[in-house]
Amino acid sequence: MQKRLWINLMFCFILPAMLFTASCSKKVVSTEPTTDQMAEGDTDQLSEVTDVVVVDESSVAESDLMEAEALAAQEKAAREMFVSADIYFEFDSAVLASSAQDILNLKAAWMMKNPGVSVIIEGHCDERGTSEYNIALGDRRADSAKQFIVDLGVAPERLTTISYGEERPLDPGNNEYAWAKNRRAHFTLE
Amino acid sequence: MLRALFVRLICYFTVIFFFTGAQSSFAGYDYIDITNPFLRKIPVAVSSFKTFSGNTAERQVALKTSDLFSSMLEFTGYFKMLDRAAFLEDPHRSGITASNIKFHNWTSIGAELLITGLILKNVDLLEMELRLYDTFKGKLIVGKRYKSKPGDQRRIVRRFCSEIIYHLTGNKGIFNSRIAFISNASGHKEIYICDFDGYNPKRFTFNNNITLSPAWSSDGRWLAFTSYLKGHPDLYIKNLAQKRGSVVAKKGINITPAWVPGKFKLAATFSFSGDQEIYMLTGNGKITKRLTVNKGIDSSPSFSPGGRRMAFVSKRSGTPQIYIKDFRSGNVNRLTFQGQYNTEPNWSPRGDKIAYSSMVGREINIFVIGVDGGNLTQLTGSSADNESPSWSPDGSLILFSSTREGHAGIYVMTAYGTDQRRLLSMPGVQTGPAWSANIN
Repeated sequence: MQKRLWINLMFCFILPAMLFTASCSKKVVSTEPTTDQMAEGDTDQLSEVTDVVVVDESSVAESDLMEAEALAAQEKAAREMFVSADIYFEFDSAVLASSAQDILNLKAAWMMKNPGVSVIIEGHCDERGTSEYNIALGDRRADSAKQFIVDLGVAPERLTTISYGEERPLDPGNNEYAWAKNRRAHFTLE
Repeated sequence: MLRALFVRLICYFTVIFFFTGAQSSFAGYDYIDITNPFLRKIPVAVSSFKTFSGNTAERQVALKTSDLFSSMLEFTGYFKMLDRAAFLEDPHRSGITASNIKFHNWTSIGAELLITGLILKNVDLLEMELRLYDTFKGKLIVGKRYKSKPGDQRRIVRRFCSEIIYHLTGNKGIFNSRIAFISNASGHKEIYICDFDGYNPKRFTFNNNITLSPAWSSDGRWLAFTSYLKGHPDLYIKNLAQKRGSVVAKKGINITPAWVPGKFKLAATFSFSGDQEIYMLTGNGKITKRLTVNKGIDSSPSFSPGGRRMAFVSKRSGTPQIYIKDFRSGNVNRLTFQGQYNTEPNWSPRGDKIAYSSMVGREINIFVIGVDGGNLTQLTGSSADNESPSWSPDGSLILFSSTREGHAGIYVMTAYGTDQRRLLSMPGVQTGPAWSANIN
């Protein structure tokens, strides 16, 4: 739930910031046609045409770039979010909490948008419990995450699971805070 | 190769019975009550061994060998080793046979058993005569002469310890067994193998990845385990002597191997069906039969000595508990009802008990329960986490891992939870011990 809020906030800040830079550069271009942005266009051509047209054309060209960049940034953020957002479990449980389901919804949407991508889901456990049982439990955790995404329409061949049990804790601490962080399913891109 | 070794062994160990009474003396096994052997430890005197020539080198070997003898016997938990400083008689001087021993000198210091030895060592020969006496009866219980190559003290002492335990309890004890365990000393979890008493740990796997759950075949020739060598938890079945074996790499997990006693067959947990279930495999890694049918985790099989029943972990009731499946009737019965987290069942080679680990509060501890569900006993406590119980081949001792000294290490205790001690010291973390049968 927190993660999703954070992502939304990120977009709220980043997109207006980008629009703002775009409108600033418009002015820069009209008065001083040798800025960095201009260099990316065809400067020779720009110097031959009238001022007004130059402004219009360059501003159109520039806003396209900004859009592309914003899109790229958005895609990158989405990809990073896909990898960095772990889902968490209760002790000795592979049941998906609603916060985990929210994250999995985003992940499924992203996979639908990126059909070429295959994904590995790692199932992890905290150090409590016994190592053999935890491999089985980690397997169930990874599998319930996979099933959830498959149910949303992603082809099952695109998702493989691997259980690490308690072998790869994120936080080596011996307390509830560390354990909660370690009871997770983590996604990596194949 | 093996055959040559065998022939050599026969040559080396020219064992000669030189006292016929040896046979009659163990008729009743009245020395050690195997139903509760650790309540009263038998006071035993291991005299410093006599030397043939008396030269310094031989004296040193004699002293070291008698110390080794003491520590091996003490390891069993059956004996109380008497302090040599209290001895009234020195068989090194007086003699090592019944005619030269004044048994009242031994009974008066409380010794009920006396061990004497004679050692002859030169550059290419080690010869030892070892005798076990009942001091009250003034009678030899067992005596043997061994010839071997120099440096074979450990093997000879192990052999005679086996004889002693056989004459006192009726079984061969633990002295020719080995222990496999996991250590991350190299930076990765790998399997190591050492002697029954923790001596001489040697690295067995070089996977440079997570390796877990070693399981011995009952003849001690095969080891099955799980390794992430290829990135996934796959099952490996390896012959120890020869560099051969097989890999089972099904989709999902391939874990918790356990061999069927006396057979080239094992059970393991796979999740290729979408659910963690236990299957039977041939020793070559071919799945022959599904043993559990239940939604939810089923894992960690352990067989009864005859292989007719299997203990395992199942979450079918909502929490991990130990169940027993009877292969003849097909019935599955829940064994554990106390606690919310009972895993790692290990069936005693004597058949009557199952050891397992149970999480209560923040601690994991080792419990033993009768196969009928009775006599639940907690063996460890107030000492951090204690996990992974594994019975000795004679059912007298239990190996386990414990975090009582910080990092996890391998420990051993008697089947009744007494004499808990560390098995070996190594850098890093040691877990998952597995005790083999006696390997000849």
